[in-house]
Amino acid sequence: MSLIQQLINGLAQGSVYALIAVGYTMVYGIIRLINFAHADIYMMGAFIGYFAVTVFHVPFLPALLLAMIGCAILGMTIEKIAYKPLRKSPRIVLLITAMAMSLILEHGMATVVVGPNPRPFPELFKINIIHLGPVQINNVQIINLSVAIILVLILQYIVYKTKTGKAMRATSYDMEAAQLMGININNIVSITFAIGSSLAGAAGVLVGMMYPRIDPYMGMMPGLKAFIAAVLGGIGVLPGAMFGGILIGLCETFTKAYLSTKLSDAIVFSLLIIILIFKPAGLLGKPTREKV
Amino acid sequence: MALLEVNNLTIRFGGLVAVSDFNIEIEKNDLMGLIGPNGAGKTTVFNMLTGVYLPTEGDIKVEDKSIVGMKPYEITKKHLARTFQNIRLFKSMSVIDNVKLSYNYQIKYSYFDTIFRTPKFFRLEEEIEQKSMELLKVFKLEHKAEELAKNLPYGEQRRLEIARAMAANPKLLLLDEPAAGMNPQETHELMNLIKWIRDHFDLTILLIEHDMKLVMGICEKIVVLDYGKIIAKGTPEEIRANPKVIEAYLGEECAVHA
Amino acid sequence: MKQHFRKTLIGFGIAVIGYILLSVLINSKMLNDFYIRILMMIGINIILATALNLVIGFTGQLVLGFAGFMSVGAYMSAVLTMKLHMPFIPALVLGGAMASVFGLLVGVPTLRLKGDYLAITTLGFGEIIRVLIVNIDYLGGPRGLPAIPKYTTYTWVYIICVLSVLVIYYIIHSSHGRAMISVREDEIASESMGINTTYAKISAFIVAAFFAGIAGGLYGHFLMFIDPKSFDWLKSFEIVTFVVAGGMGSLTGSILSAGALTLLPEILRLFGFSKYRMLMYAILLLILMLFRPQGLMGSKELSLKVFKNLGFKKAGGEK
Repeated sequence: MSLIQQLINGLAQGSVYALIAVGYTMVYGIIRLINFAHADIYMMGAFIGYFAVTVFHVPFLPALLLAMIGCAILGMTIEKIAYKPLRKSPRIVLLITAMAMSLILEHGMATVVVGPNPRPFPELFKINIIHLGPVQINNVQIINLSVAIILVLILQYIVYKTKTGKAMRATSYDMEAAQLMGININNIVSITFAIGSSLAGAAGVLVGMMYPRIDPYMGMMPGLKAFIAAVLGGIGVLPGAMFGGILIGLCETFTKAYLSTKLSDAIVFSLLIIILIFKPAGLLGKPTREKV
Repeated sequence: MALLEVNNLTIRFGGLVAVSDFNIEIEKNDLMGLIGPNGAGKTTVFNMLTGVYLPTEGDIKVEDKSIVGMKPYEITKKHLARTFQNIRLFKSMSVIDNVKLSYNYQIKYSYFDTIFRTPKFFRLEEEIEQKSMELLKVFKLEHKAEELAKNLPYGEQRRLEIARAMAANPKLLLLDEPAAGMNPQETHELMNLIKWIRDHFDLTILLIEHDMKLVMGICEKIVVLDYGKIIAKGTPEEIRANPKVIEAYLGEECAVHA
Repeated sequence: MKQHFRKTLIGFGIAVIGYILLSVLINSKMLNDFYIRILMMIGINIILATALNLVIGFTGQLVLGFAGFMSVGAYMSAVLTMKLHMPFIPALVLGGAMASVFGLLVGVPTLRLKGDYLAITTLGFGEIIRVLIVNIDYLGGPRGLPAIPKYTTYTWVYIICVLSVLVIYYIIHSSHGRAMISVREDEIASESMGINTTYAKISAFIVAAFFAGIAGGLYGHFLMFIDPKSFDWLKSFEIVTFVVAGGMGSLTGSILSAGALTLLPEILRLFGFSKYRMLMYAILLLILMLFRPQGLMGSKELSLKVFKNLGFKKAGGEK
């Protein structure tokens, strides 16, 4: 396969990572929590999309919207139940809680709701392969890329052009000061979870279309990779997460194509470690200096 | 030979020149005050002296040997110890453990001694314990040795910080606003204590202080910093009379006193 | 020193009595194989939990990839006994030493990082170790190493568990331990008091990795089978959970929680929740964290003194 072909595959993969990574980064930016349950929200998004299509027979766009709304509600609920009471606790406690929440979602789905076996994601579009010279690209890839780009643009608009976005940025910069300026922190945190989770939900549906098998544990590896993407770009920095997502997607596709399939995960992790050692705050993050 | 000699010390953070062309000499047994308005760069000077920040330019010599580029813990071994403006005690450690820590680099035993609890371990731990207790007595904290540092009242926390720095066996002690937040009574006691330890331990002290009374009361030499530059040096009387200082910092208050 | 002698004697006495009690229970068939297995698993998990507590709870460094060191010890000692026919204990110690070497290799570049970044890099290293093992055919690759001789007995687990906790306790209560705790409390102040904080952090890391390696060796020679999947990041996470749930900076807390959390899934299994045990485990963990975020013991230690104090001042708990 040609280089350009790999580039396209990498971009398609990377855009999914980017969508998930944005949620990690937004949550981290605001409450400094590595939200391990985020990966499972992505899984839930895939399942909501699945049920919307198989049970209610809705087409692609409504299914996508349903998944996003469902995940937004789920994300907000998790925050209210599990994270809000612990906002003042040491961060590692929050981390454990997030992990517990992740296990609850996974095992809840696997034992109570859908069972542990993979299910085929319904075909929403007939796959058409389009040939552009030596490169082939299918319509699902095109749809995925366009949806990802549109969602990211909407996100950019919300964060940088609206009042809510301004409040989010202020809260992320200094929660206490933002509170003193009359910003309702609880609302902002909820909105952040809602937005981040809805993007993960969208990613779930998109991945369901690309790799049409979904199961309760499908979030683990992509979740970890997306998280790495967020750290790589500089956690808490929005463009960093998108950039990191694309980078991880490309890196993964290229190592699989040219180096080794078996070692590709190890290479992704090594990349992370090397970058952190030389740029401890990530590629686009700003180093902080502790005031003495 | 001066104990501490600082030449042309400069530090820039990005475009901001926080301290520039800072020169001082401190002789043995000096008690020098470093004063200046908020944000003048006093604590930054301390941070450079103790290796927390690396100066952009200039040299710092302790007993004629440069310490620029050394790590903070290496500088401590050159007999410089400090306290912090916003108290940095080991809050969840006991009062005596806070002091014991500073003996780590002076009284050493290996992991082997630790794991097998050799006689050497007990002998040296005993020595650390005794020395720490003696210091706590000097600072009137001996009855609180086993309490957690965070449970001490504010004034005692400040004293404990000085005790901890003293345990690091300094020749030059750097005190960053030791009287901050203390009431006049406590400040007065602290002044006497600082003078006393200087004489008793044959120490040299450089202190940053906002409390004019304290600085003028105990320091023999004063350096005034404003916008990162030294604007005056001299005895308390000279500083009091210096129009530049009055303008920059002391303002009306001192004009009335003078 | 005299006091120490007395304490040691009492501690030794308690340990011996504990062991006699255990052997009586086992030899009289009061405890069947199922319980013995659980007890041995608890012993191994106590070693892991107390060792990781040294790094997370006492030195304050958030390390997530701990199972990686366990796997190094497990594979090293298994290879030594299986392929080189080395006796068990030297193989265990060498496994621990090998894990320490890895600890050093991982620690030197990563321990400069702080907080979450450190957590993620160590998690990454843990995963790299796992992926590397998957790719080494000599070690069985993804299929794992079967037919490891069953050398791990409850006696060995008991002795090694007691010794590990003792060594970690001794380290904490020494100048080395004070240096580690001071790093947790305030790294800048610590460095200003003449502490080489990098050295303190790395030595904590190496000691912890050593015990993780030992625990891994015990684990391998107990289950008679190891594969890379047994040491993935969920395992790492499980160990972190022991530490946090027990209370960071409390050795007795780690011991209690390693016991309780190892027992919990088995109890759930006994009560017929076999299918839902991971779900219930997670829910109980969530509840524990929500209602007792400082962990079972906070940073306090359970000791005879605590019982004495309870008599005098009730409800004299935190702060």
